[in-house]
Amino acid sequence: MKGNEAIAHAAIRYGFDGYFGYPITPQSEVLETLEAEMPWETTGMVVLQAESEVAAINMVYGGAAAGKAVMTSSSSPGVSLKQEGISYIAAAELPALIVNVMRGGPGLGTIQPSQADYFQATKGGGHGDYHLIVLSPATVQEMADFVGLGMDLAFKYRTPAMILADGIVGQMMEKIVLPPFRPRRTDEEVRRQCPWAATGRHGRDHRNVITSLEMDSPKMEENNLRFQRTYAEIEANEVRFQEYFTDDAEYLIVAFGSVARICLKAIEDAREKGCKIGMLRPITLWPFPKKEIERLSAQVKGILTVELNAGQMIEDVRLAAHDAVPVFHFGRMGGVIPNPNEITDALLSHFPDAKA
Amino acid sequence: MNTQDIIKPENLVASRPRLFTDAITHYCPGCSHGVVHRLVAELIDEMGLTDRTVGIAPVGCAVFAYNYIDVDWVEAAHGRAPAVATAISRLNPENFVFTYQGDGDLSAIGCAETIHAANRGENIVIIFINNAIYGMTGGQMAPTTLLGMKTATCPYGRREDLNGYPLPISNLLAQLDGTCYVTRQAVHTPAAVRTAKKALKHAIENALAKRGTSVVEFVSTCNSGWKMTPAQANDWMAEHMFAKYPLGDLKNRQD
Repeated sequence: MKGNEAIAHAAIRYGFDGYFGYPITPQSEVLETLEAEMPWETTGMVVLQAESEVAAINMVYGGAAAGKAVMTSSSSPGVSLKQEGISYIAAAELPALIVNVMRGGPGLGTIQPSQADYFQATKGGGHGDYHLIVLSPATVQEMADFVGLGMDLAFKYRTPAMILADGIVGQMMEKIVLPPFRPRRTDEEVRRQCPWAATGRHGRDHRNVITSLEMDSPKMEENNLRFQRTYAEIEANEVRFQEYFTDDAEYLIVAFGSVARICLKAIEDAREKGCKIGMLRPITLWPFPKKEIERLSAQVKGILTVELNAGQMIEDVRLAAHDAVPVFHFGRMGGVIPNPNEITDALLSHFPDAKA
Repeated sequence: MNTQDIIKPENLVASRPRLFTDAITHYCPGCSHGVVHRLVAELIDEMGLTDRTVGIAPVGCAVFAYNYIDVDWVEAAHGRAPAVATAISRLNPENFVFTYQGDGDLSAIGCAETIHAANRGENIVIIFINNAIYGMTGGQMAPTTLLGMKTATCPYGRREDLNGYPLPISNLLAQLDGTCYVTRQAVHTPAAVRTAKKALKHAIENALAKRGTSVVEFVSTCNSGWKMTPAQANDWMAEHMFAKYPLGDLKNRQD
């Protein structure tokens, strides 16, 4: 099935309580699949096509405020519209899942794949000091798996998580194993798991208020310090990545998402010719695998980041590598996808010594 | 007879709502919010809904409504309360969910969310405070500001050629199939308060009976923003606001 369809099926099976979305290419299959599956008849999951991405993310805010497992999905221009709501969700310390199936920008851009929302996803996006947990799927299997992982992490840390996919993995069809069915939590379970939630008091001796507003500056600073402590904990515990051929690598490619698979093909071809190239694929873009890149930068002679953008993740790679080795970027933009040869050529042009 | 003889339970005709918290409100003396808050708190309590009510607070003067009424609340982004309420109501259909919004929140920045929630017929109550001005931010022009009315951003009076016309949003909402009850009330006299309470109760009953969206507009005063005394503001409202926003039911569908 398509990556977007996998998201929808995985959401039903995870036991999501609600999905709120708005059509936009190349992710509309998420909403279409959910509407076709009619989970409200089976699991009781609410599916609603909102009037806008702004409304959809605020529905997610409302659902999350009630302690429910809720999500939305969109693509780049739509995710820009959601930034207001995402900032509120982060500030109110609510769990939620947001999927961005990236397309080329800026502006209306193109409907073809891109990774140009890396900055937006990993550096805040909306206003204020906050982070999302950002998961980067490279396969349709990961599209399905990260739905549950993302929501689990969101609940664990009471912070929104994002699946930062791209049009390739959203539209690509692969065979996958869907996660097993889990029943939705009962209302009582929701109240027990989320004693902070606006569920209605149900005998509680105090009211629950979900808000991001605090007019007293020292208290607002204390809120911010609490957010930062959560982020530090996430950075300490939740870094995920995958390494390929790094044992003997002399040169390193860092790439995320579907592009990492094109890079892997380039590396396999180059290795047949004796070029010792390895790859690190960050799975969590935030928290970023800084330590692993720092470690590998002591081993390799140079690093190439490959991204479908003008060079965004390269900033994090350079920070992690402390300029111990030269770090270059190769990217295509506007929806253009590089072939493996272009990647090899780019690496060899920056690092001629990589040639066996 | 001394005061101790008078202060007896059997002589009690009004009391502080049980659902009011001890917080002192930040509302200006003479503002309509206080009375509307009282009606909301009384009805939730009287109708036995304390345990299953979720209120959605707006951005604007009522942003701190959650500090005053002792039920669960969610504070929404500016204008987004109907979207937030939509999700909470759909995910917990047994709950009574209401939004409490001013004219800027509901009819300017949140116009889309308001119209679409009402058009979907969400089983919520939208409580709409229309005082024709942005109170919280210091008295700027709202969509509902009357022609000729002076505000901080139309200091020489609202002009139709520059600022367009006052927006009768409740009339628009009454046109939608999703609304079952749209009414315009005020709380400037004891009689008006009694009528308004009945209207609000009917709206809540509609939400509980899943009849669709109910909108209760309160044509209200903002004596600070209008730069009047509370008594002057009440008179001015009756003379000018009611001409553009006449009181009464705009729609009352019983099915």
